[in-house]
Amino acid sequence: MTGILLSISGLTKAYPGVVANDDVSFDIGESEVHALLGENGAGKSTLVKMIYGLVKPDSGSMKWKGQPFAPAEPKAARTAGVAMVFQHFSLFDALKVSENVALGMENPPRMRDLAHKIRNVSETYGLPLDPNRTVGDLSAGERQRVEIIRCLLQDPKLLIMDEPTSVLTPQEVDILFATLNRLKAEGTSILYISHKLEEIRKLCDHATILRLGKNVGECIPAETSAREMAELMVGDALQTPMRKNEKTGEAMLEVSGLSLQPSNPYGTTLKNIHFTVHAGEILGLGGVAGNGQDELLAALSGEVSTPQYAIKFKGQDVASLKPNARRTLGILAAPEERLGHAAAPNMSLTENALLTGAIRENLTSNGFVNWPATMSFAKKIITTFDVRTPGPHVAARALSGGNLQKFVVGREVLQRPKVLIVNQPTWGVDAAAAAAIRQALLDLAAEGAAIIVISQDLDELMEISDHFGALNEGRLSEIRSTAGLSIDEIGLMMGGAHGMEAAHVGANA
Amino acid sequence: MDLSAINPVLLVASLMVAATPLLLAAIGELVVEKSGVLNLGVEGMMIVGAISGFAISVESGSPMLGLLAAVIGGALLSLLFAFLTQFALANQVASGLALTLFGLGLSALMGQSYVGIKPPAMSKLDLPVISDMPVIGPIFFSHDPVLYIGVALIATVWALLKFSRIGLILRAVGENHDAAHALGYNVIKVRLLAIMFGGACAGLGGAYISLIRVPQWTEGMTAGIGWIALALVVFASWKPWRLLLGAYLFGGINVLQLNLQAAGIAIPVEYLAMSPYLITILVLVIMSADKSGAPASLGRTFHASQ
Amino acid sequence: MITLEKRPMPSRLLSIATPVIAVVITMIAGGLLFYALGKSPFEAIRTIFWDPIFGEFAFYYRPQLLVKGAPLILIAIGLSLGFKAGIWNIGAEGQYIIGGICGAGIGLAFYPLNSFLVFPLMILAGAFGGWAWAMIPALLKVKFNTNEILVSLMLVYVAEQVLASMSLGLLKNPEGHGFPGSRNFNDYPSGNSWINEAAGLHWGMAFAFIAVIFAYVLLNRHILGFNIRLTGEASRAARFSGVNPTRLILFCLGSSGALAGLAGLFEISGPSGQVSIDFNVGYGFTAIIVAFLGRLHPIGILLAGLLMALTYIGGEIAQGNLGLPSAAIQVFQGMLLFFLLALDLLTNYRVKVAVKGVT
Repeated sequence: MTGILLSISGLTKAYPGVVANDDVSFDIGESEVHALLGENGAGKSTLVKMIYGLVKPDSGSMKWKGQPFAPAEPKAARTAGVAMVFQHFSLFDALKVSENVALGMENPPRMRDLAHKIRNVSETYGLPLDPNRTVGDLSAGERQRVEIIRCLLQDPKLLIMDEPTSVLTPQEVDILFATLNRLKAEGTSILYISHKLEEIRKLCDHATILRLGKNVGECIPAETSAREMAELMVGDALQTPMRKNEKTGEAMLEVSGLSLQPSNPYGTTLKNIHFTVHAGEILGLGGVAGNGQDELLAALSGEVSTPQYAIKFKGQDVASLKPNARRTLGILAAPEERLGHAAAPNMSLTENALLTGAIRENLTSNGFVNWPATMSFAKKIITTFDVRTPGPHVAARALSGGNLQKFVVGREVLQRPKVLIVNQPTWGVDAAAAAAIRQALLDLAAEGAAIIVISQDLDELMEISDHFGALNEGRLSEIRSTAGLSIDEIGLMMGGAHGMEAAHVGANA
Repeated sequence: MDLSAINPVLLVASLMVAATPLLLAAIGELVVEKSGVLNLGVEGMMIVGAISGFAISVESGSPMLGLLAAVIGGALLSLLFAFLTQFALANQVASGLALTLFGLGLSALMGQSYVGIKPPAMSKLDLPVISDMPVIGPIFFSHDPVLYIGVALIATVWALLKFSRIGLILRAVGENHDAAHALGYNVIKVRLLAIMFGGACAGLGGAYISLIRVPQWTEGMTAGIGWIALALVVFASWKPWRLLLGAYLFGGINVLQLNLQAAGIAIPVEYLAMSPYLITILVLVIMSADKSGAPASLGRTFHASQ
Repeated sequence: MITLEKRPMPSRLLSIATPVIAVVITMIAGGLLFYALGKSPFEAIRTIFWDPIFGEFAFYYRPQLLVKGAPLILIAIGLSLGFKAGIWNIGAEGQYIIGGICGAGIGLAFYPLNSFLVFPLMILAGAFGGWAWAMIPALLKVKFNTNEILVSLMLVYVAEQVLASMSLGLLKNPEGHGFPGSRNFNDYPSGNSWINEAAGLHWGMAFAFIAVIFAYVLLNRHILGFNIRLTGEASRAARFSGVNPTRLILFCLGSSGALAGLAGLFEISGPSGQVSIDFNVGYGFTAIIVAFLGRLHPIGILLAGLLMALTYIGGEIAQGNLGLPSAAIQVFQGMLLFFLLALDLLTNYRVKVAVKGVT
């Protein structure tokens, strides 16, 4: 307890156009769980990449146990005792668990010994794994376990975890925390990156808060309220979107008995999904990524064909209608992946406006494109949704995540949809843009549209939805009204702990 | 028409010879594709290997030196492709085509003074009693060394891919190059080595045609065998032993149709000559239903971004 | 250390400059090649690039530019539509051959009838033949997801065999004294593609220009052109937008096949004259270089086609006057594609040379 494990002073890193980290200093003690707090774009990822040796700081220094520490590459960091579990896993779907673990290690033992070790370590820490399973078949939580086991097998002194609970149900989060506490008791320190305030208050000893690349404060989470930490993160008083509670109208979209095989081998099968959305209603569908969200959106938008009568719009069967036919009816969608799915990265915003707006905005006649009209539609989106960009001629990839998301959601909202389905509307988006997007959705519902919001962010869903359901392994839980729903109930709807065992922790403290 | 003129033992022996260049080029391309790169330039690398091997073996009088030159020639040409796709981030299809067109032209240029010349002969295996045994002798024990190298290569590649760390890293890079990069593996270096291996094998395969199988130099003598090697990798679902089977099957068809032509069968020559290509198409159709073996990163450009 | 940094937007200036720079670098590299072959580089470059347009016999060579350029442009326009969508038709040579055979076949069937209807029918047959040959890889791709590169390529070899069979068999000239090859179309006014042989103008050129204009309008003003570009850029976004991939594949492969078939027909019934075993000189493959050199843009292809034709003609002159081997021109063309592909990255990436050793 006591000594300083890692000391960071004056670390700075700049990229063209943005200073990711500006003179950041703080200390991580031994056997400490240290939180790194900040919203998207605050500089957490860059800082942590510098500790792990992926990025070289422009200036500043680090000390590891009192000695100068400047890893030139991840290998050096790993040798010193730093291990990292990234937010986006570095896993190979077609290979086995043992092969994946071996690839993440410097000098892996022979396969047979490795398989044995994986079984032992994973059982001991409450994260059981079968070394012979193919990674592509695992759930998101199990895949995270592979990443964690990879780290644990190298006996780390500092374990860095980047947004680990975004892929876990509430019960799985408890199991993870038990594991982390055991590690702390054994002398490993944990650097825990997150923006989930309640979790940090539950787990962490100490917190450093980053905003716009600077260290704006440190605190003891147990002694600080969530609101105080949030205000330090965001800087100004938080704006909670205004929700006008309108009465809801007729049934707009009825989904019944929707079962669908995925189009890609590692996808999720949808099983017997039922729900109805009414005019003016926002239905929130929660769930950890990989439980059928993409597949559901593809079925609703018309990208994949669905069984007859599974989807009805105002009583009319739309199963055989392709995306453009559905757009004519007023069913619009905004997919999760901004670059590559919702928008073409190398095409201009004007061209991207044409991507979905051709029909409802009358942008073509006899097949010929009316480019002036398309450009003014793009400009309208940019102005209405405050998209920061030099103009509609700019390529989509040049925009920041938040601005592109505002464009993509705004493009659909401005087309006066009768039904709108959005998948992860504020993922990776800064707080101001996220609030604007949520407000736009609320306003749209107030005008009578039926909205389905699919999101991993439970706070967001609780804030804006009238009703809530959870997607779990392709199944949809029963739909409940959000008023009065507790976090435990939500966790159970999301499938509980998927049969994970609690760690054998504390049994031999 | 005299079908009895076709000797089955000789047929099998010559089928193995016909299959060897295909096998060599294909096993090289299999390794390249396992690393996630699609190199359409196999035809170009083969023919450059064919002329390099031919020229050096005529100039030096040693077929072995010729084969070595072919290996080096193929590998050097593949470096151009590696530069384009790994450093200049060019489109893999276009780059492979450029390599083929360039290789065909370059080989024609280099080969001008070698038309009609006979190269030094390659010695064949001649074990005292074994090679003279009926049936097994000609089929298994009387071939040139390169044929045996070909089979050994297949076995080696299979073992390395399945059991070794190098093989695991290669497969990882081909499955998910971003993850491999994040884990600290040098994706470009792995692909560069794989591409050069593919070039070396293709070069050797090409030289096999000009030095052993025909043996002679003519412009464009590979006649599309490089393309068939590409199809063969798909047919084999990226599995080395299936590739051996496919190469022998294809070699067999080719040799059979030539024999049928010689035996005076009543089908016009042109239709017989078409058959290998038509059968390749058929094979592709059948195998395309099963795309599960394809490395997930195949054909996608890798650019490490901070 | 040299690093590549992705530009936020593709650079328009470099997009136009790179083909020009590539040509210049190729001339330099080519010059070195010619030097290594024992020829004076300056004389060789001058013979290839300058003489055909401005030299002593330019009046003869300039029309040849159009004769050689037209099929290249026609085929390349068709290819470019597919390439833009990520659909790789590598077998244009085969479609060229089959289209030529079909068109010529119809013409020969009508021989010696003289009617203004004959040639249009030949055109339709030529387009149909090329289209049908391209439909094979198209349908296989749509139904079985077979790789169109390999199938279309295999069909080139098959087409060559069909050509051999036709010129020695079915379409052989009955009055040809046993020589292989069909009747000569230059002796058949109704079946001839020449508009003005002396000026080197044949119908192929007219169609080539029409194709350029059509492609330009399609790509820039029509939703189908937008869909083609979108599919090549971001296939998932294309599906999201509602693009029907089957229709796109059939359109792209079909149209490039038809255009290649047309080029084959115009060639047989004009400059080449007859259906013979070697009437095809690789235009189907050179057109691929033309397509990339023209950056898959209709106007670019027009210019690139003329440039390639120039290298062909200049190469022939150099062969005669300087003894330069014909394979050297093929190497030259291959180099051009190489340099172009290598320089292309500048459009999308900035090259940064960083000095090592900070901190």
